[in-house]
Parts: sequence; structure tokens; C-alpha cells
Amino acid sequence: MLGKLSWAAVPFDQPIVMGVTAVLLIGIAALLLLITVKGWWGYLWREWLTSVDHKRIGIMYVILALVMLVRGFSDAIMMRAQLALAAGGASGYLPPEHYDQIFSAHGTIMIFFVAMPFVVGLMNFVVPLQLGVRDVAFPVMNAVSFWLTAAGCLLVNLSLFIGEFARTGWLAYPPLSGLQYSPDVGVDYYLWALQISGLGTLLSGINLTTTILKLRAPGMGYGRMPVFCWTALASNLLIVASFPVLTATFAMLLLDRYFGFHFFTAEAGGNPMMYINLIWIWGHPEVYILILPAFGVFSEVVATFSGKPLFGYRSMVIATMGICVLSFCVWLHHFFTMGAGANVNAFFGVATMIIAVPTGVKIFNWLFTLYGGRIQYTVPMYWTLGFMITFVIGGMTGVLLAIPPVDFVLHNSLFLVAHFHNTAIGGVVFGVMAGLAYWFPKAFGFKLNERIGKLIFWCWFLGFYLAFMPLYALGLMGATRRMQQYPDDSWQPLMLVAFSGAVFVLCGIVLTVVQLVVSIRQRRSNQVDGDPWNGRTLEWSLPSPPPAWNFTRLPQVSSLDAFWHAKSASEPAQSPAGGDESVHVPRNSALGFLLAFCSVVLGFALIWHIWWLAGLGFAGAMVVWLAHAWRTDREVLIPVTATAP
Amino acid sequence: MTLSTQAQGTAPGETAVSHGSWRTYLVGLLFALILTGASFWAADTDLVYPAGVPILLGVLAIAQMGIHIVFFLHISSAPDQTNNILALAFGIFVVGLVVFGSLIIMGNLNHTDMPMHEMMQMQR
Amino acid sequence: MTNISSSVDEPLDVPLSLRGPASTHAVVGFGFWLFLLSDIVIFAALFATYAVLSGATAGGPTGAELFDRHHVFAETLCLLLSSFTCGLGSIAAQRGDRQATYGWFGVTALLGLCFLYLEFAEFSTLLAQGAGPTRSAFLSAFFTLVGTHGLHVAAGLIWLVVMLAQIATLGLRPMVQNRLFCFALFWHALDIVWVGVFTIVYLGATP
Repeated sequence: MLGKLSWAAVPFDQPIVMGVTAVLLIGIAALLLLITVKGWWGYLWREWLTSVDHKRIGIMYVILALVMLVRGFSDAIMMRAQLALAAGGASGYLPPEHYDQIFSAHGTIMIFFVAMPFVVGLMNFVVPLQLGVRDVAFPVMNAVSFWLTAAGCLLVNLSLFIGEFARTGWLAYPPLSGLQYSPDVGVDYYLWALQISGLGTLLSGINLTTTILKLRAPGMGYGRMPVFCWTALASNLLIVASFPVLTATFAMLLLDRYFGFHFFTAEAGGNPMMYINLIWIWGHPEVYILILPAFGVFSEVVATFSGKPLFGYRSMVIATMGICVLSFCVWLHHFFTMGAGANVNAFFGVATMIIAVPTGVKIFNWLFTLYGGRIQYTVPMYWTLGFMITFVIGGMTGVLLAIPPVDFVLHNSLFLVAHFHNTAIGGVVFGVMAGLAYWFPKAFGFKLNERIGKLIFWCWFLGFYLAFMPLYALGLMGATRRMQQYPDDSWQPLMLVAFSGAVFVLCGIVLTVVQLVVSIRQRRSNQVDGDPWNGRTLEWSLPSPPPAWNFTRLPQVSSLDAFWHAKSASEPAQSPAGGDESVHVPRNSALGFLLAFCSVVLGFALIWHIWWLAGLGFAGAMVVWLAHAWRTDREVLIPVTATAP
Repeated sequence: MTLSTQAQGTAPGETAVSHGSWRTYLVGLLFALILTGASFWAADTDLVYPAGVPILLGVLAIAQMGIHIVFFLHISSAPDQTNNILALAFGIFVVGLVVFGSLIIMGNLNHTDMPMHEMMQMQR
Repeated sequence: MTNISSSVDEPLDVPLSLRGPASTHAVVGFGFWLFLLSDIVIFAALFATYAVLSGATAGGPTGAELFDRHHVFAETLCLLLSSFTCGLGSIAAQRGDRQATYGWFGVTALLGLCFLYLEFAEFSTLLAQGAGPTRSAFLSAFFTLVGTHGLHVAAGLIWLVVMLAQIATLGLRPMVQNRLFCFALFWHALDIVWVGVFTIVYLGATP
């Protein structure tokens, strides 16, 4: 009746897990109680859960990312604590089978449920505003994308207290992730959660690419688009081209696990290396999907807070699209050690070095933008300057690793771990934090507290260097990744330093929560108008927060930095209202929320082999979709008086 | 406003002239039938040098895909189709990379690695 | 600065990229085109896997031993003709001719069903011979590649039935026309993938 599910699935014998579960359940119950008592369900359903407004959806993505950051970071600090203790024969406090789930969950959550939603959320919020249009190309599909991501997120969180998570690392290489060596549900949780959220991401990629290529304000040719939109275009093209490979590869692993196929098994002709090959064909473009929008944020921030146009717009665009294409030509550098001949390794090593060049072009363009400008040291600028130092170090260690003989020594060592955290934190995290501080006033109408913001930056900056510079040294000394304990206790001092770095980052995360509370409390004194930063692009021409329909009349664009141009010429960016004007706005839809509900049921049932429930979940999704197909009243008309500025 | 002056170009599969385009589909069908027949013939015949048969099949397949794209999907080099062509080109680039890249890499690995079943026997 | 909307006739010297947001039809068509390209990348990954694993027969039967080219030729004809009738159906729909639309798309559906029947028969035969997907990596790859294509055809047929129901209940309004247009793109793309399948899998299986 219930497949593999039974009470034995709940880890009653693991005190840490049960403690966390208890706290979470109490917290969630308290939140639901609060909403009920205050009567907020109607508001939540109407204004957020069924919203198809790109701004609301973008905000929900960022909230999801910040909440999952807490879970992903908890995994991180637990690992750092374990390694600080488990030197020279000591076993620490986390048994290996537990530790293995923690590092797998840490990677999976940070990439798929923190970095991706954060980046996609920022792009969702900003791109239509910068393009001067009212919404993305497919608003309802946009909501579906968000809710599918949330569904995957829920499944991963369920694995904490019903069953377990994968013990295979964040990419689940076979044969370890095959049925023979991972017969439990952990890998299934991983696979189904990512298939569901992967579909959401793919649809989002299609949506934003179509928006950027087909929906721009009149006069906004490609050469007048903000650089953030160019990086968003490149990132979404990469999503459309690479996520299908992830879907296909996971599907093949699922076929092996559920039906006994032999794609990646160790017998009957299976070839596990093919999984590694395919997964990195996705995996390398994935890191560029994350970093390109971060580069876009920095371009906007540097130009705004230097009071100058971005230096070298043309070369920025060419570098961005060059990175887009080149990111498909380097994937073998993730498995130099796995048996390819010298010629093949050499090709990919050289290609990997070449891809560093367009990034270098971007760094120089940012530096030249800063040069001669009137620099304002705001919080976004702090993150940008921190990024420029930190990311360059990370990039340089990447070029080091791109040399195959060097990689033979350092593959899967802590040096590698330090490198990718260097670029992920120094690049992606710093970028989304800068974007958060930069666009928060636009989204909510008041600024985040600047002093706490700078403190957060210093916590992350110091924390990062303390946590990861020792890891470079440890990697060179021979320490491997994913180890639960180590024999050489001369490594312990460095592990302790790394743990202290994690504590600093913890302070940064706690302060982020504090900053939100304080800023909301102080919002009346921190209120801003549409243009708090003296911005250059069209989103700053709207009130903060913008009305649901963004622009009453689409702006007529005649140059790059359209808003700056309008301000300099003392012209309004939007034409004055006059005459009969009413705006069509897409109607709210529950499709996203309902599809997500059905997919959680479907995913959970498939994981636990409850076939009748899976059928129900699938049928529910189809019924909801069909009902939506017959929806004919898809727009709301907003009359003149509401749109007058 | 005619389709050719639409903002941002036309969708693939759209034609400016819908009247009379059943002929386009018929011509496409005939070409496709000929190419299909040629492929099946080439796979069986003795008249073609055996080592060249795979290449001939590849050429015929690509030609037929092109027929479909031009006659059924109406992708052309007109300026309003530029977005569609660029998207298609990017798609072809990725497909080529995935297929040929995988073949080269996996072939290279199989050359240098011990075959899996031998490796498993070493474990026993 | 007056605002020029894109619904007024533009002078032909304004480049396409500067004319403001595209029409719904163009947006929907392009979005679906991108979705199709992503679907083709899925097939590329499956083709690559098939190509890599095509020799991994684990002592079991090879493609040359199993495949029946006459059978495949019949399947190919069904699919190709259905692409043609689908095209004629698209023209009828653009013209607003409901009866002709039902007729041509109905024939398309029948031909698609024939294709599925032939493919199902082939798979059943293979399974009965013990040449199922769990026998070897080669067979896993074969069943997955050809089976995924077949699943797409089946999904397309279900979509077609829904579309015919939408025409019957909602008429050939713009929303329905856009969706029919997307369906036709999908159906033609499936035929393109089939060209790859019959060439690489069936004709490429040499003894």
C-alpha cells in the first residue's frame, strides 16, 4: 500500500536530526498559526501565491534562496566543526554515513536551491524593468517555474526527516549512485527533486530568452540594452542548451535504478564514465549560468557608483557572448584524471585557459570604469571591490588547475574545494548580495540599513579568507575532499582556522536577518523615491515599488543608459499621460501552485515506490493543466484613473 | 501591417504568403520521400563502396533534415527569421558538441582505460 | 518624445529590433521554438549515449540481428506522410476552415497511431525474444532513444486530441491558432528526429 515507506524511515535514533526536525516543525506551525490568526491567507493567496507578476516571483525566488542558505550553511559549519575535531584518529561527532549525506546535501542545496534561485530571482525582477516592458514573455509559465523549484526544494527538505539523502556527493556519480551500491531512497530524493526543479529552470530559461529577444521597449535595439540584460541573455541561452543534458542523464540513471537498465552499471556493458562525461557537459555551463548574471550586477553597480558610463560596452558584450559559447568547450577539465589521452587533455586544458581571457577583459573594463569616476562607497560597491580581488584569485587557481599534470596532483583535493568556493563565494555570492542591496529599494521602497550592510560584507570577506585560504595549503599538503577524518594531526591548526572563518560567515548570515528586521522597523525614515542611487537604466525611472504593470506607456528609447540620457536632457523617460489609457495585465493563476503540489505528491510517491499515489499525482497535474488550457479570461483591464502617474 | 514588417521578426513556420503554400509541403514531401528511399537503398546496396556508406547515409540524413526545416518549418535567411536561424545554429552547435565531443572523449577513454569487465574481475 | 506603439504601420527603414515588443503570435512561436531546441538537445544526449554504447552488447544480440528494415520503412512512411497532412491541416486552420482542419488533423492522428502501433509491435517482439532493455547496455540505449521518441509521438497525439476538442469548444480563436501552430512545429520536429533515428540506429546497424 505504501511502497517502501514505513515508520522505520523516520530517523528516531539520530538526535541531531530529530532536534532540528522538532525546531523546524514548531517554527512552521507557529508561522502558519500566525498567518491564520491575523487573517493573512487571503492576502497571501491573492498577492503572492497566485501572482504572475515577475516582480513578485523574483522576490519569492530570493526569499527561497535566503531560507535555503541557512540550511546549506548549517551543513557547512557542521562539516568545518567535524574536521576541526577529527584529527589523528579522533572520530569527531558525525559518523561517516551521516557526514556523507551532509556534504552531498550541502553541494546540492547551495547550487540548486540557493545560487540558482537567487540569480534567477534577480533576473526575473530586473530584466523586464530594464527592457522597458510590462512583464516577461510568459507570465503564467514564470509562476510555474518558481513553484516547481519550490517543489524540488520541499522534497530535498523532506529527506531530512523521512528517509535520508544521497551519500554520493552533489553530482551522484555511478556506480555508487546506482541501485546496487545505493539501494536506499537517498539518491531517488536527489534525482526526483532535481528533475522537477530542473524543468522549472528550463522553462524559466525559455521565458527570459524570449523576453530579451522579442520584448523590448521601442527603440531599444541590441546595442542599447543594459549589460545586465546581455549577461541574462547569455545565462538563459546556456540554461536552454545545457539543462536538457542534465534531464536526459538523470533520466538514464533513474531507468537504471527503477527498471534495471544498464547505462551506468558495472556489468552488462554499462559505462559509468559516460555519466561523468554527460553530467559535466551540463555542469560546466552551469557555473557560467551562475556567474554571468553576477558579472552583470557588477557592471551595473560599478557604472552607477562611479557616476560614469560602463567602459567598453562593445567589448563587454562580445566577452559575455564569447564566454557563453566557450563554456561549452571546456567540460573535460572536471575529469582530467579519468583516462583520456594526452591530446584530449591538452585540448581541454588550453580551452580552459582561453576562457579566462574574456573574464579578464571584463575585469579591466570595470577597473577602467572606476578610474576617473566619483566613487561612492555604498554597500553594493563594497561587494564589488571585494569580488574583484577575491574572484581574480579564484580564477587564477582555476588556470593553475587547468594544467593537466597539475590537476593530476590536485584533483579532488582541498585545493580544488578552495578554488571553486573562491569563485562561487567571491563571484556568485558577492554578486547576488550586491544585487540584493542595490535593487532592494526598488522592490520595497526603502533602503536596507547601510551600516549593518557593511558589517555583513566584512563578516563574509574575512570569513571567506579565513575559511578557504587554509584549504589551499591543505590541498597542496595532500588533504582530499569529502573526508570525515584525517590521520595527520599537523593539519589540525589549519582546520581550526577554517572553522573560525565559518563562524565569521555565520555572523554575516545572522546579521543579514538582523538587517532585514532593523530595516523594516526603520522603513519610514529610510524611504526612497524611484531613483535613490542616481541610476542610469530604466528601472530607476519608475516609482519604488513599481506599479504592477510597470510602465503606463512603454518608453521610447534612443540610446544606451536610457534613463541617464533622459535625465541629462531633462526629458521624462515616460511620456506624460493624457487621453484614454488603460492597461491589460495578466490575471493571477493558481496553476503554478497546484502543479507544484501535484509534483511533490508525484515525486514523493515515486521515491517511496507508492505507485497508486504517483498515478494520482500525475493525473492531478494533467487535470489542472487541462483546466488551465480552457481558461479564456486571461487578462484584467486596469482603467485610466489607476494608471495616471 | 504585413508579417514581413512585424516587430522582432516572425515565428518559425510562419510564411508571409499562406495561399498556395500547400505546394511547398508537397515539394517537401516529394524530396523527403526520395531521400528516404535513397537512404534505405544505400544501406542495402552493393553498388557503393562499403566504407563510404556511413558518410553517404549521414549526408542523406542531413539533407532530409534540411528539407524539413526549409519546406515544413519555413526557416529561411530573410531578416525577420534571423533570431530563429541564430537559435537553430546555437542548437546545432550544442548538438554537435554533445554527440561528437562524447564520441571522441569516450573513444579516447576506452582506448586508455582497462575495459570495465576486466576491472571488475580484478576486484573478485 | 512621443511614444510610437508597434501597432501602427512602421516605415520600413526602422530595423526590426527597434520596433518594440513583438506580437503574441511571434512571441509564442519563438518561445516554443526554443523549447523544441531544448528537446533536441535531450535527444542529442540520448543519441550520444546510444553511439557510445552501441557496441556494448554483453554477449547478447546486436542491432543487425534484431532490426527489420521493412518494418522501419513502413514506420518512416507513416510519420513522413503525417507531417505532410499536418502541414495541410495548418493551412486549413489559418484559412478558418473547421471541417478541413478536423479532416487533415484527423488523418495526421491516424497515421501517428499507425506509427505507434508498428513501434509497439516491434518492442513486443524484441521483449519476447529476450532482447529487452535490461539485457545489455546497447539494448538499454536503444529502447530509451527510440522509446523516448515514441513517447513524444504519443504525447503529441494526446495534445492533438485536446486541440481538436479546443477547436470544437472554443473555435479557431487566436489562442487556439497559436497552440495549433506550436503543435505543428512539434510534429515536424519529431519527424526530423526520426530521420536521425532511422539513419543512425536502424540503417547504421551493420553486421
